Amino acid sequence: MQIDCDIHPGTPDTAALFPYLPEHWRDISAMRGIADLHSTNYPDMTPLAARADWRPAKGRPGSDAATVAAQCLEPFGSDIGILNPLFPVQSFYSDDLAQAYASALNDWTRGDFLDRDPRFRASIVVSLENIEMAVAEIERCAPDRRFVQVMVLAGTARPLGRRNHWPIYEACVRHDLALAIHAGQEFRNAPTALGWPSYYLEDYVAHAQSFQYQLTSLFCEGVFNRYPTLKVVLLESGWTWVPALLWRIAKYWGGLRFEVPWTDRSPEEVVRDQLRFSLTPVDGPDTDQLRRVIDHLGSDQLILFSTDYPHSQFEGADPFPSTFDPALRSIISGDAPLATYARLGGAP
Amino acid sequence: MARHVVAAAADFPPGTRRMITVNERAVVVFNVKGEYFGLYNKCPHNGGSLAEGVLTGLLQSSSPGDYSYTRQGEIIRCPWHGWEFDIRTGQSFCRAIRAKARPLPVRVEPGSSIVEGPYKAETVEVRVEDDYVVVDA
Repeated sequence: MQIDCDIHPGTPDTAALFPYLPEHWRDISAMRGIADLHSTNYPDMTPLAARADWRPAKGRPGSDAATVAAQCLEPFGSDIGILNPLFPVQSFYSDDLAQAYASALNDWTRGDFLDRDPRFRASIVVSLENIEMAVAEIERCAPDRRFVQVMVLAGTARPLGRRNHWPIYEACVRHDLALAIHAGQEFRNAPTALGWPSYYLEDYVAHAQSFQYQLTSLFCEGVFNRYPTLKVVLLESGWTWVPALLWRIAKYWGGLRFEVPWTDRSPEEVVRDQLRFSLTPVDGPDTDQLRRVIDHLGSDQLILFSTDYPHSQFEGADPFPSTFDPALRSIISGDAPLATYARLGGAP
Repeated sequence: MARHVVAAAADFPPGTRRMITVNERAVVVFNVKGEYFGLYNKCPHNGGSLAEGVLTGLLQSSSPGDYSYTRQGEIIRCPWHGWEFDIRTGQSFCRAIRAKARPLPVRVEPGSSIVEGPYKAETVEVRVEDDYVVVDA
């Protein structure tokens, strides 16, 4: 059994969502000329946005179910693929417009992918502009058990540990949904803690900063203590930075525990219990050193198989580091994803 | 094991602390609301002087946003890195910390027993009419 936990279907343009938008918003979109949504998270023409052999002559890669299955499930031997749409509906500031587009995106994923290939599962994409609406969207989609998680971007307006977000986590727990945090910015803040960088390389590298801070925030604010059954999956986060961050949190937690007295487990324990990381991108050297990062993580159950299709993270059909032995690959491919996603049937 | 006189109880009021040397090691003794507690004056983390730390309470929580503050004055916080230890047991309250401060038994003995014993009481100014605070070490 292999489950690809991070696949990005390519929404061609806003017109692709029109069949799933209320008529009012369809007309508004046409009148305002909202023909497409671009963000600088994944500019179409950057090499990273699509592997050369997955980039179509025109249009966005992976924009239909058959193509994604042919390019991303079959060559890798994946039995199930989890779709995490990145069409940047988080960009809207209007509560209503953001909600309309998030709903349309989820219905597009369902109609154009889930209904066309039983191997697909998907994220419920929500905008955090209005938390009540985000919860309502989770409630609307949750009865369809092909949705296995709720997805937000790592670069949020406020840290995800803050309590205004908690109704979302309650909804996740209520419905056996994981919480996925995917690389990318809502652009409510500068993408780095130091402001606006000049180059895309800086933006992309800085995603790790966002993840590090979200993990720290979720730990300190007690989300893992309040929701001990919630699984949080960091997607396209990289994971080589994780041990060093945990060491750092633990070091200062020792002296600052009294600020956050609800933290009854160490950061390492919390991560082992509740955090997971997608395999790709493997941001480390393909040597023994990389295998040692798994030892530093303290568990071989934390990494979930992913291709990050169609992003260009590796060549060929094997995203694994060469030092990962068959036993570890097997855990990453099947055991760990099944234990993470209650809706895949692997968890109690 | 010997007994070491800390101070005359009458000179060691609640809310204060005294330093003594026991077997060439510094020991801090606290009077917390009439109860006495002794610790070797060395934080098990990096060796900070616990005698210079703040005595605080035990802050616990059943869930985020819930604060339960008890045992005021019984938790010593090291001035260097803020690690907290129970002055009754030396135990740390943070799961990140496996170290334990070393407590010492402290008690009050009648002045008569001090002057009678072969202990360090002799080196202390003895006022037989008072009770003395002693450390066993």
